[in-house]
Amino acid sequence: MRVLGLILAGGKSDRLWPLTKVRASAAVPVFGKYRAIDFTLSNMVNSGIRKVGILTQYNPRSLMDHLGSGKEWDLDRKSGGLFILQPYVGPNREVWYRGTADAIFQNMTILRRGEEDHVLIGSGDHIYKMIYRDLFNYHLKKGADITLVVKELDETYNLSEYGIVQLDDDMRVVEIEEKPAHPKGNIAFLGVYFMNKELLKELLYATVPQGKYDLLLDIVIPNLDRLKVYAYRFDGYWRNVKKGIKEYYRINMDILKKEVRDELFYRNGKVYTKLKDLPPPKFTTTAVVENSLIADGSIVSGTVRNSVIFRNVRIKVGAVVENSIIMESTVVEEGAVLRNVILDKNCIVREGRVIEGDTELPVFEKRAVL
Amino acid sequence: MGNTVAMILAGGQGTRLGVLTERVAKPAIPFGGKYRLIDFTLSNCVNSGIYRVGVLTQYRPHVLSKHIGIGRPWDLDRKDGGVEILPPYVGRHESDWYKGTANAVYQNLEFLEENDAELVLILSGDHVYAMNYNDLIDYHLLKEADGTIACMEVPIEEASRFGIMITDVDGKIVDFEEKPAKPRSNLASLGIYVFNYEFLKKVLIEDENDPNSSHDFGKDVIPRILRENLGSLYAFRFDGYWRDVGTLRSYWEANLELVLPVPPFNLYDPNWRFFTHTEEMPPAYVAPGSKVSTSLVSEGAEVYGNVFNSVIFQGVKIGRGTVVKNSVIMTRTEIGENCYLENVIIAENVKVGNNVRMGVGEDAESKLDPKVYSGLLTVVGMNSVIPDDMVIGKNCVIGIGVKPEDFKSKTLESGDYVIVREE
Repeated sequence: MRVLGLILAGGKSDRLWPLTKVRASAAVPVFGKYRAIDFTLSNMVNSGIRKVGILTQYNPRSLMDHLGSGKEWDLDRKSGGLFILQPYVGPNREVWYRGTADAIFQNMTILRRGEEDHVLIGSGDHIYKMIYRDLFNYHLKKGADITLVVKELDETYNLSEYGIVQLDDDMRVVEIEEKPAHPKGNIAFLGVYFMNKELLKELLYATVPQGKYDLLLDIVIPNLDRLKVYAYRFDGYWRNVKKGIKEYYRINMDILKKEVRDELFYRNGKVYTKLKDLPPPKFTTTAVVENSLIADGSIVSGTVRNSVIFRNVRIKVGAVVENSIIMESTVVEEGAVLRNVILDKNCIVREGRVIEGDTELPVFEKRAVL
Repeated sequence: MGNTVAMILAGGQGTRLGVLTERVAKPAIPFGGKYRLIDFTLSNCVNSGIYRVGVLTQYRPHVLSKHIGIGRPWDLDRKDGGVEILPPYVGRHESDWYKGTANAVYQNLEFLEENDAELVLILSGDHVYAMNYNDLIDYHLLKEADGTIACMEVPIEEASRFGIMITDVDGKIVDFEEKPAKPRSNLASLGIYVFNYEFLKKVLIEDENDPNSSHDFGKDVIPRILRENLGSLYAFRFDGYWRDVGTLRSYWEANLELVLPVPPFNLYDPNWRFFTHTEEMPPAYVAPGSKVSTSLVSEGAEVYGNVFNSVIFQGVKIGRGTVVKNSVIMTRTEIGENCYLENVIIAENVKVGNNVRMGVGEDAESKLDPKVYSGLLTVVGMNSVIPDDMVIGKNCVIGIGVKPEDFKSKTLESGDYVIVREE
C-alpha cells in the first residue's frame, strides 16, 4: 500500500488569539521547541509515508519557514517529499479555499499524479503520537471505504466541541454529530481520515462543484448510509491546540508529566522539528529549577517552577517564573515575577515587573515589552 | 583573496585521553554537552566563509565519518566545494598510512589541485576555539608571506610544552623551537597554518623526499623552511580562547569552564555559532525537588536528582536522590537513584546502578597508567554497566563495555581499574 499524506493546516483560530496573530494554528509553538504540526508530520513520516501535502491558507509564513524543504522530516526528496499546497490564482478559479474538501479539490493534481493508492488526511493542530500502519491494516481488514480515527474522551474534554460518533457493534459509524449541544456519547472523531484515493477523487468531484466544501459535513456524513465508514479506536494521548488558550496551556503543562513525555517524545518514533543549532541550556550558580522543561540555548539564573521554557530564553537573577509558558528568545529581566502567564516569542519583561494570572491566563503577543 | 581550502588534520589518537579515545579518534570525542571536538574547527571554517574543507582521517575514523557525513549540519553539503573525508588509501607505489601531518597533506595534493587551492589552511580537528580565519588570512596577505602560523602568548613556565616561535619586530619568524627546555619566547604555535599553495606544494614534495624527515609540520617542515630559508613565515597573534584538550585533566577543565558565570569560551554568541550533527531530542526536564546549578544540561536529559558544576550531555537520566558534582556525563548515560558522583568523566551509554559512590576516598596513583590517569579524576568508558552499591575511589578507570560481573567486589580502591580487553 502506498499512502499519500495530507495535512490540513490552513485554519485560522480566533480562540488562540494572540498566538495566531502571526501564525496559523498548526504553527503554534509547543513543548519548548516544537510546532503543533510536528506531531502529525512526524507520525506520517514514522509510518512510512514519503509524500506529504500541507494545505495552508491562513498566515502561512511562519509555517513555511518552519517546514522549509522538509529536510528535518527527511522529506526533501527527488521523488515524493513535501508539497506546500497554497491557494493560488488561475484561470476560472477561486482563490481562497472555502473548506477542507475545497482545499483538497483545488489541489486535485496531487491526487491525480503519483502512484499512491490511499490517502491519509490529518490535521496540523493535533498533538498525539501514532503509527498509522495498524490503521491501514484495519481499514483493509474491515473492507472499509473510509476509516475515521476515534477516541473515547474523558471529562477533561468539552464534548460539545467535538464530532461525536455513534458506532454499531462492528465499529461501523452510524451517526456523526458535529459539535452537538447535547452529546449522545463520548466517542469523538479525531479528524484523521483514511480512504482509497480514487474514492476521494470521486467524492470530491461529486460534491465540491455543487457548492459543498466541507470534508466531514458534506462528504462523510451524507454518505454514512451508502459507504462503509468504519471507526478505528485510538487510546493514546490526543489533544487539539485549536480548542483555545486554556487547552493550549493544559497541553503544555501535561508535558511536565512523565507518562505524557514518555508517550509523546519517546514512543512510536521521534518527533522531528526544525533544528536551530543552539548550545545546551545553561543553569547558572543562582538557578533554581523544578518540574520544568528547558530548551536549548536558554540560560536560567532565576527561579523556574512548573513551566515550559522555549529556546534561547534568558531568565535573569532574581526573576521568578511559575506555571508559565515562555516562548523563544524572550528575556525575563532581574527580579521580574511571572505566574500563570503565556509569553510569545521575543518578549521582554522589564526588571521587577510582576504579572500574575489566575484561571484567566494573560497571553502576551510576540515582541511585547512588559 | 585567493581560493582557500582548509585541510583539517583529524587522524590523531590522543593517547593521553585514555579510554575516551580507545575507540574513537580524538576529534570525535564529545565536548560541551552536545558537540564533538571537530565541530569547533568545522564551524570556524564555515563561519569564516570557507566552504572547501578536507578532513584527513586515519585512527578509528568510523564515528568521525558518520558524524560529518555529507556535512549537512555545517552547510557543507554543497554542489561546489563542501566537505570531503580524506582517509589514507592504497596508492600505486605504496599502500600508505599517513606518516605524519605533512605527509597526510602531501598525499592529498591532488585534492588541493582539484579544488584550485591558492591558499591552504592547515587546521587541527581537536582544538576548542573560536577564530575567524579571515583575520589570519588577511594578515598573511598583508605580510605577503609564504606561510603564516597562528600563535598565542602562553605563560613562560608552560612554553616548553609548545612549539615556540621567535619573531622579529615585524612578526616575521626567525626561529622555531619544538618544545624547548629553555624557551626563548612565550609565543606558542597553535598548529594553525596558512600557506600559499604553490609554496606548500614545493616544500611538501621536498619533505617527502627527505629520508630523515618524520613528515610532521611542527617537527620537520616548519624548522626546515626556517633553516634553509625557503620562504617567509610570519606569526599571527591570536588572543582569544584556545585549548588543546590533550589530557583527561585539561579535557575535564575545559568542559567545566563552560559552566562558569562568564565562561572564557562562549557557546552562546549568536554571531559565532557552533554547529553539530545532533540527534533530535526534546528539551531538558528537571523534576520537582531537584537542584541544578552552575551546569549545562542538554536536550533530552531528565534530571530527578541534583547536579552541580557539571556538564550533562543529551539524553542523560539522573535518578532521584543522586548528586552529580564537578563531572562530565556523556550522551545517553543513565545514573540510578541515591548515587554520589564527584570528579568523574563518564562516556556514552553507561549504566550506573543505584547507591553507587564514585570519586570518593583518598587519592592514589593509578595502577593502570599514571602518565594518562592522574589528577583525581575517575573515568568510565562507553557502554559499561556499574552495578548497585559499588564504591569506586578516586583516579579509577572503568574500561569500555565493562559488565557487572567484571567487578570482583563492591569496592574499587582509589587508583585501581577494571578493564575488559577488546576481542
